[in-house]
Amino acid sequence: MPGLEQQTALMPGLSGGRPEPVRAQLRSFIRRHKLAPYLLLLPALAGIALVVLWPMVQMVIYSFQNYGLPQVTGALPTQWVGFANFTATFRDPVFWLSLRNSVLFAAVAVPVSLVIGTIVGLMLNRLGKKMSVFVSTAALLAWATPPVSAAVLFYWMFSPDGGVVDWFLSKMPHWLVGSTDWGQYNWATTGALPAYTLISLLVIWQAFPFIAVTVLAGLKTIPSELNEAARVDGAGPWRIYWRITFPLLKPIYLLLLLLSVIWDFNIFTQSFTIAGLANSNEYNLSLYIYDKAFTFPPTYGLGGALALIFALILLIVTIGYVRSSVRQGALT
Amino acid sequence: MTATTTASAPAVARSDRKPATRARSVKRAKAVSLNGFAVLIAVVTLLPIFLMISTAFKPSHEIYSLTPHLVPSHPTLGNFRQVMSGQVTGGIGSVWLFVRNSFLVSLVTVLIASTLALLAAIAVARFKFRLRTSFLVMLLVVQMIPAQALIIALFLDFKKLNLLGSLLGLVIVYAAQALPVTIWMLRNFVATVPKELEEAAAIDGATGPKIFFRILLPLVAPGLVATSIFGFITAYNEFILALTFLGQNHAAYTLPIFLTYFFGQHGAAWGPIMAASTIYTIPAMIFFLFVRRRLVGGLTAGAVKG
Repeated sequence: MPGLEQQTALMPGLSGGRPEPVRAQLRSFIRRHKLAPYLLLLPALAGIALVVLWPMVQMVIYSFQNYGLPQVTGALPTQWVGFANFTATFRDPVFWLSLRNSVLFAAVAVPVSLVIGTIVGLMLNRLGKKMSVFVSTAALLAWATPPVSAAVLFYWMFSPDGGVVDWFLSKMPHWLVGSTDWGQYNWATTGALPAYTLISLLVIWQAFPFIAVTVLAGLKTIPSELNEAARVDGAGPWRIYWRITFPLLKPIYLLLLLLSVIWDFNIFTQSFTIAGLANSNEYNLSLYIYDKAFTFPPTYGLGGALALIFALILLIVTIGYVRSSVRQGALT
Repeated sequence: MTATTTASAPAVARSDRKPATRARSVKRAKAVSLNGFAVLIAVVTLLPIFLMISTAFKPSHEIYSLTPHLVPSHPTLGNFRQVMSGQVTGGIGSVWLFVRNSFLVSLVTVLIASTLALLAAIAVARFKFRLRTSFLVMLLVVQMIPAQALIIALFLDFKKLNLLGSLLGLVIVYAAQALPVTIWMLRNFVATVPKELEEAAAIDGATGPKIFFRILLPLVAPGLVATSIFGFITAYNEFILALTFLGQNHAAYTLPIFLTYFFGQHGAAWGPIMAASTIYTIPAMIFFLFVRRRLVGGLTAGAVKG
């Protein structure tokens, strides 16, 4: 039977009287119109369209409607409200507070994790084999810790409830750490600054390993003669980094920067677990969207407008990411 | 160690071998400080994980003692026993139920996503067609859309479809969201299989499916395993969708939702919380160690080559 199939496949024109003419015809139709790639793409494309693209369109629609619980149940009709959701959002002080928290958090967490990641990457490149495996495994474990586990763990480490950080700070002399009663200090609930300091430390702890191994992979592509020549000419490590390493790794850094901005601007798991919804001073944009959409009574229209604003901010960064990926030949 | 080397340097300063010895001791001091710094970084990085695991084995009077201990002085399995029996969890079930849910969701997600992504990856790597570039750019953009931007629409759609509170609903969303990255990664693996092999097989009379199962699939298998592990970890860690979809249906909770629920209900039961957290974390770490070599390329989508 397979022999027969092969023949029909190789000679589609001769398959007229064979037992499987429909199949053979289909095959030649696909071949003639070059449909194979489209057929292969179809299932994946359908999945993405249904779960990402269509919801995106719906979000745009909701953001111009008064969509809420009565509209979902059908008690009240859905109405188009123009830009009302957007103006209401811009008038809400909590929106600006959340935006501020999101922006400031990313502005601190991104550069710090890039610097620490770079230092660790450069260090890994110079360590002996055993030591390098030891350090990179340690870093890998921090990276591998699921965000929820890590968030609960850091919440506890910074809590007055037997947490090590408060204990450590309470043992320090006052001239060093200020006169706060650190033994009873609750980082998560005292305000936006302590909460986001805690979240920053957590995010940096989880993000620096990825940056370090990516920088390390980049460093491995730089020919060692370059560094040696510079060293012979009397250049110090600082100069070598800025004159040789950084220019060569610039594309990698650009990608790392854009990815980090997107990831850190997005954080929800960590801010939800640590800051929670109890205190709107500690909202970031993700928490604010969640609150608008899922705290009773839900206002899906407002949430949609917010999600759209959020997506547009991210789109600017994403365009940069796509462009730099394309420039590096990612599409070939 | 460092002190003796540097102290001995001036003593031999007058001899002929001065530059060589000095250079050697400077080099030695540098190596020692570099390694010392490396150990410091590793210890600081490991400390939280160490605390999590050690607290999971501590009896409660040690957890709440005024001076924290690094290692439990009377290690106990009591915390693990509590989360396994489900007694402390407010009656929503043993931790194994949530382990099972998480593994089930992640596995089915990976099976669906890998199959669909492999087909798409073959299309992108093996064929030139008109919309190829647009498709690739679309993947890059879609990969960056966060769940928060879609969650309201997804929630309302799945409510209509009656898929909220079920693991099936989660699997559908997770699989679709895993597709862009999986296609990106698999595309590179498919491209490394020499086209000549397939052509030779075709000349020998092999048909499409036969070429796929006998030649392409075995050669892409290592890549498929790596991308599957990635997909698994992503689904295993996912939080916001599970949080909104599963709602109050405790029996369908995945591990991260169980952990936050537990944390919200019993905020002070740190021993059992850390035990549950350890049970949740260990599999993720094992999977990460499996794919450590491929961790870089996948995420930067071709930025780092070689």
